Amino acid sequence: MKKKNRLPALAMAGPVSVWMILFVTIPMFFIIFISFMSRGIFGDVVYDPSMESYLTLLDSTYFNVISKSLKVAAFTTLACLGLGYPFAYYIAKRPKDQAAKYITLIMIPFWTNTLMRLNSWLLLFQTSGPVNNFLQNSGITDAPVRFVYTDELVALGMVTSMLPFAVLPMYSSIEKLNKSLLEASADLGADAKTTFQKITLPLTFPGIFSAIILVFIPSLGVYTVPDMLGGGKVLYIGNIIKNQFGMIRNWPLGAALSCLLIAITGLLIFLYTRFTSIEEMEVV
Amino acid sequence: MSDSIVSLQGVHKKFGKNTVVRDMNLDILEGEFLTLLGPSGCGKTTTLRMIAGFEETSAGSITVQGESVENKEPYQRDVNTVFQNYALFPHMTVFNNVAYGLTIRKVPKDEIASRVGAMIELVQLKGYESRKPDELSGGQKQRVAIARALINNPKVLLLDEPLGALDLKLRKQMQVELKRLQKRLGITFVYVTHDQEEALTMSDRIAVMREGVIEQLGTPTDIYDYPRTRFVAGFIGESNLFDGTVKGVEDGILQVKTEAGNLLVSGRNFEVGERLHISIRPEYVEFSKEPVEGFDVPGRVKDFIYMGTVVKTAVDLKNGQEIKYSRFEQDQTIRANDSIYLYWKPARAVAIKWGAIEEERYEEEK
Repeated sequence: MKKKNRLPALAMAGPVSVWMILFVTIPMFFIIFISFMSRGIFGDVVYDPSMESYLTLLDSTYFNVISKSLKVAAFTTLACLGLGYPFAYYIAKRPKDQAAKYITLIMIPFWTNTLMRLNSWLLLFQTSGPVNNFLQNSGITDAPVRFVYTDELVALGMVTSMLPFAVLPMYSSIEKLNKSLLEASADLGADAKTTFQKITLPLTFPGIFSAIILVFIPSLGVYTVPDMLGGGKVLYIGNIIKNQFGMIRNWPLGAALSCLLIAITGLLIFLYTRFTSIEEMEVV
Repeated sequence: MSDSIVSLQGVHKKFGKNTVVRDMNLDILEGEFLTLLGPSGCGKTTTLRMIAGFEETSAGSITVQGESVENKEPYQRDVNTVFQNYALFPHMTVFNNVAYGLTIRKVPKDEIASRVGAMIELVQLKGYESRKPDELSGGQKQRVAIARALINNPKVLLLDEPLGALDLKLRKQMQVELKRLQKRLGITFVYVTHDQEEALTMSDRIAVMREGVIEQLGTPTDIYDYPRTRFVAGFIGESNLFDGTVKGVEDGILQVKTEAGNLLVSGRNFEVGERLHISIRPEYVEFSKEPVEGFDVPGRVKDFIYMGTVVKTAVDLKNGQEIKYSRFEQDQTIRANDSIYLYWKPARAVAIKWGAIEEERYEEEK
């Protein structure tokens, strides 16, 4: 009897487990392993244990890049929450069929190729591009504004590409929020603002936290956006890691940076699991 | 009326094209337990929600204590609601749920503590203060919901099918408790339910609703003994219904011809030739093996249904209609397939006017 029951479990969960171990767990341990090795003169990995890569991270250059990346990721996250929450709230209150249309609109960026989208941004925002033409023709500016390869455009690009990740989890938790709880709050004397603070916000917090994780982590590691909109001149953790594994060929340093990202991610996930108990209570 | 606390005047409610409540006039008296009773979709919950302020009226006016509440938001109204599925705040403890209304009103902390404590004691939830709603049973959640709504000392407590999710035994127990609580506190309760038994048990007055209209408003006895429409007769308790025509009137007794045969019913203000409905409760139906004078309702005993306290006998009439009568004990002198004649004391049966709307609806049903 017992054996019979085990077979389906193995058949169902087995393939994914093997897949994850082969292609996620082992490579991740390999990265951690490499981060403690040293770099050979030809850019190869020398299996000679060393803390050098981690000590390099303390160097002010890297420290600045890391803190700047954290700042941009934090800005992106805050902007996505600030823009995304009201929007998510709005669509969650629409009739189901309308909400589905809005969700589709939000999803469209997922279906377009990132490189193509970013390239079109470069064309739009370049010195002789439509945006600058418009600004000059309408007399808002006298000379062309430099948009491309600036931190601002990188931030704008980040927010644009991350917004759906913020809207979707927040939408789902707002949508799940039982309308009668809001009515009960109003019934007991709370105005709209108080109800929002005391009921809506705490009960949709799991969605907000998911949004934070889904936006902050990729923002921290993303390299396509800074590479293209920042012209590779604006340095973030993401493109530095990419360069260490690519052009510069300092794998241990790249690995150490990756480990730092993993650590930050791990911390966030840890915090998230501490908050999930709220989510479980949402169903009443 | 001077002692009416909530008054609905010509209240109308439409959702899109659907009229849910039509031209409703209702005075709810101070301190009474009034039940809005009806099948689902009859507009009873909508009526309650309009009083609470969750729905706007399409026409007409609602006053609470003589003051129009038209422009008042729910949080500005002196009424509180017990919601159908409790609607307890899942992220707060029992204490904080009950304290919510006071916290919002910025009542001093020590006063909150003592008032919430007293309220929790009132609903017998002492010791559960620090639990979260999902750690409570259905009955306990219900008590929290009631305590939370009562903490603001509302003038009127609105209850929307509050016992709907409880099992039968707990439901019966809570019915009695709620009724006692209402008597003790002297607060006006407006109670919505589709359960006619519950309405009969608890209410001072019942408003039986159907398709957005109050068909009858009265005490439980009134409504049970003297249903004014065919719908009320069928909806409240069990009833045997006949449709017929008055053939003769004598001393307040109507001789009526129906498809099931001729029968007698007491009734005033009926004329010969008039159509009417006759309602007779199962407990008042008698039978005989010989025809009884004035009655000609022959039938064939179909089967006996044992209900615990009573035994119901189902009888097939000649027009195919089934009629039931109930007794405390099964009569051993008759068996299935026996031919019997049914009759009753004419005063026990109720003659119901064949109203214009009634006719229309009845034709639709056919």
